[in-house]
This record gives sequence, C-alpha cells and structure tokens, in this order.
Amino acid sequence: MSVLVVAEHDNKSVKPATLNAVAAAAELGTAGAGDIHILVAGEDCRAAADAAAKIAGVAKVLIADDAAYGHGLAENVAPLLVSLAPQYSHLLAPATTQGKNLMPRVAALLDVMQISDISGVVSTDTFVRPIYAGNALATVQSKDPVKVITVRGTAFPPGEAEGGSASVEAVGGAGSAGLSEFVKAELSKSERPELTSARVIISGGRGMQSGDNFHLLEAVADKLGAAVGASRAAVDAGFVPNDYQVGQTGKIVAPELYIAVGISGAIQHLAGMKDSKVIVAINKDEEAPIFQIADYGLVGDLFKILPELDAELAKTQK
Amino acid sequence: MKALVAVKRVVDYNVKVRVKADHTGVETANVKMSMNPFDEIAVEEALRLREAGTVEEVIAFSAGIQQCQETIRTALAMGADRGVLVLTDVELQPLAVAKLLKAVIEKEAPEIVIIGKQAIDDDCNQTGQMLAALLGWPQATFASKLTISNGSAEVTREVDGGLETVKLKMPAVVTTDLRLNEPRYASLPNIMKAKKKPIDVFSPDDLGVDVTPRLVTLKVEEPVKRQGGVKVGSVEELVTKLKTEARVI
Repeated sequence: MSVLVVAEHDNKSVKPATLNAVAAAAELGTAGAGDIHILVAGEDCRAAADAAAKIAGVAKVLIADDAAYGHGLAENVAPLLVSLAPQYSHLLAPATTQGKNLMPRVAALLDVMQISDISGVVSTDTFVRPIYAGNALATVQSKDPVKVITVRGTAFPPGEAEGGSASVEAVGGAGSAGLSEFVKAELSKSERPELTSARVIISGGRGMQSGDNFHLLEAVADKLGAAVGASRAAVDAGFVPNDYQVGQTGKIVAPELYIAVGISGAIQHLAGMKDSKVIVAINKDEEAPIFQIADYGLVGDLFKILPELDAELAKTQK
Repeated sequence: MKALVAVKRVVDYNVKVRVKADHTGVETANVKMSMNPFDEIAVEEALRLREAGTVEEVIAFSAGIQQCQETIRTALAMGADRGVLVLTDVELQPLAVAKLLKAVIEKEAPEIVIIGKQAIDDDCNQTGQMLAALLGWPQATFASKLTISNGSAEVTREVDGGLETVKLKMPAVVTTDLRLNEPRYASLPNIMKAKKKPIDVFSPDDLGVDVTPRLVTLKVEEPVKRQGGVKVGSVEELVTKLKTEARVI
C-alpha cells in the first residue's frame, strides 16, 4: 500500500518541511512500504500541487481545492484524510504546528495512536522518537492497521524539490464541518530564511536584555545569511515574537551553524538545537551549561562581542 | 457553564532524566514529580474564566496511578472546585486518555475543555486534538489568548509563522501554549482547603473504555552525548576557526 504525505504549503508553493516528510516516506519505501503520494489540501492551491508534483520520488499528487481547506482548519481537513486513509498504510505530515494540529485529530477519527515526531524509521511499523526533551530515544512499535505519523524535519535530510513528474489528481471531501472559522493571521515578516530550514541560525536569550538589542544579532545574521531565533526566556520577556522560539516545545532546528548568544542553555532550549552541526556559544557566564555542548565557546560581554563579530565578518567577506 | 481541565503527573521539568539500565524507560523512582507545566497554564486559564464570571465551576481531571490524585490536589489548591480521577495501573497513551476524557465529559457536560498542548514526558502533543475529534468538537491548539462570548470562543494560536486567530463554536477544546498566562502559586490556606474538596474516582471499566496501549515501547536509549568543544579567546580566533576548522562560514 502507498504512503500519503500531507503537504505543508501556502497554496502557492510547498514549504521545505514537506521535503523532510517525503524523505521519511522514502525510508518507509526502502523498508517495504509502497509509492509516495502527496495531499495538497487548500484553496486555489493548484500552484502548490504542481510544485509538489515536481518533488523527486513522488508518484501521485492529490489536490483537494476547496475554500474550507484554505486555512488548513483541522475540523475540515481531518475528515478528508479519513476518507482517503483506506488506500494507505501510512499517513505522514511534518511535525510543524500545522501537522501537530491536524494529525492527532485524524488518528483519533481512525481509532489509532499517532506516532509523534519520529526521528528514525526502523521498519514499516517501528519508529524512533525522542521523549523527555530529547534526553531519551524511544523505539516504538505500532499495532494499528494504519500508521499516523508526524515527522521531525531535522532527522530526515530533505528530498529533492525537483526531478519528479507526478500526476495530479483531484479529490473531493465534505468541505466545511461548520465548527470553526479562520479569523486572521498575524505572520512575522522577514527577509531572512525560515528558522527550520536555515543553514545558519543566530539566537538570543535573556542576556540580550531587550528586543531593541536584537538588531545586534540581526546585523550578524545578515552577514551570514542566517535566521534569527530566541530562547523561551527571550520570547516570554517579549523581546521577540513566539515564532522565534527554539526548544522542546518551540521549533526544532539543526542548522550547519548555530550561534547561541546570551543563552544559558536550559535543557528545554538544548532540546531544540543540540543536533546542529556546529554550535557556538557566546555568554558572559563561563559556567553556563550551554558551553558543555558548544563546539566553540566565547566568554564575554555580548554587547562588546557582537559588534566585533559583525566587523570581523565584514572584514573577511571583503 | 462548566470548564474541565486535564492535568498530568510528570517528571518535574527541572529533573535531568536518566535512562534505566535495562532500557525499558526512564528512572522515575525517587524523582520529583509535578503537574505538567502546560496543564498548570490550563488550570490558570479556567480559574480566570471563573473569576471573570464566564465559568461557574472548574473540574480537574487526571488519569493514572493513585499518586495522580496529588496532581489533582495541586489543581484544587490553585482553585479548581473538584476533581475526577480515573485510576489505573495500565500505561496510558493519548488515545486512551482522550477516550477516558470523553466518557467523563459526557457525564459532566462542560462547555469548555482546556488541556496543555503537550506533556513534557512523552512530548506527544495529541490528547486535546484527539479528544476534540472523538467529541466532534472544534479545537484550538497552542493558544496564547482565549476570549469566550455569545456561545463562541475566539482563540489566538501560536503557529510557526506567527499568530493565527480562529473562532470556534462552543463546546470546544483548547490546548495551551506558554504565553497564554502565568499560573498562580497555591497559597497555604488554599492547599489546606483543597484537602476537603471532593474527588470522584472511576476505573476505565466504570467508564467502558479500553485503555490497552496501541504502541509498544521496545526500548529506550540515551541519545549520543554531544561533547563540549573548546573555548576561544577572541572574536578573531572564533571567525578563523569557523572558516578553516569547522568550515561553516
């Protein structure tokens, strides 16, 4: 039987997290599962479906184009997935806020347990997933007939966005369940890369002291083409919006380079970034736990170090 | 209207968990246990709704072993009116908890159910969504603001791109994110008062719910430990090392 991946998209294009989920689906294929299909449920989402059809390794794209699916309301999209489920052995979605919102609703309607946030595929019914903020890894086996799964993006290198030529097939669903409606979105606007797909991230913590001081990080971020993140402390203090938060219950990231500035390194923060390839810590407290996992530590006053770093990067980029 | 909150007993967020030597799970003997922090936020939000006059009664639910009663007592000490405990030694997974909650909700008929978005032990992030599905109710996950008026709930949600606001028909399920509120501490007099508040106890059989786990944990292991690196003496040295040694810039 085939594997269905629920695309993360904005109706116009497919979000990078989809490629990580497709990579997990490809591992399931290696373990014996069938073809990979992608569901694009949205409103005026033909462009996103066409983009999904180009993803390497995808056999078929299902497009469900309906105003009721435009904002991805779980009450409306879950019944659509339930109606498609009998044809699939596995239903996958990225472990984004969208996937986390939708998939448990689907699982319960199918009377199965979801397997959340998998970081490894052992076989078609056995998976590895982090628990306790990543301080332990559980290998779990599902006894349910259909596996409903969310995928930790950082654990599966993204598949290729180009090279496929899947067919696109329209599917219909019941549309609106009449339970909920979208009111508005206030999305952070940024020219910088998205946190979860950035090659370099520079994050600030309580040590930044105010939101205004984040411009010091932004200057360095722009030199490095980096995304800007934050610890929970910085978000709770109102320095930056919630979507900056990296950690156990925020975003999980694993860039090539993660620079933690004024972040002490609570286990909940480390849970969100400890799989980064190279970690740099800048902190005035040399006892800060962040130094225990940093590849390169620099002890000192960030208000002095950040401008120096900015200048040094400017020098080497000439 | 009534509000129901679900509270889970978990290893305290400050405890550094250790994997058991036999790889069957993590060490929980002699470890400090607390209410899941997201559930504290759920309790606080329900209490604020009661204080605002929107809600008349707050019921705290928990399920699991006898000690889960202590977690309910904590909710009662914060101000919840009474408790419901479903007592079982079986390992409870989110689907089973959602079914137990559904059975209790059908008895109690609350109009708003508030639950933490995720428990910090299994990190599943499922129960609220599953419960909403089983009840056929709308859901608003990862809430940072909740307003109830005229039979509907307007909820601002923390999503990957920023914030999103949805409007739900009541009754509804809301799961809490960190910025929804700051939970109160229980005062000593309230802790004393909580000891006298009633807790109804049921078994899964009483409620007609099969709680058999659907996922089998084959093993639990420690992740590969990340080794600390070196301290550098200057910004210049850092940039040089990132360029020539780590080759990431």
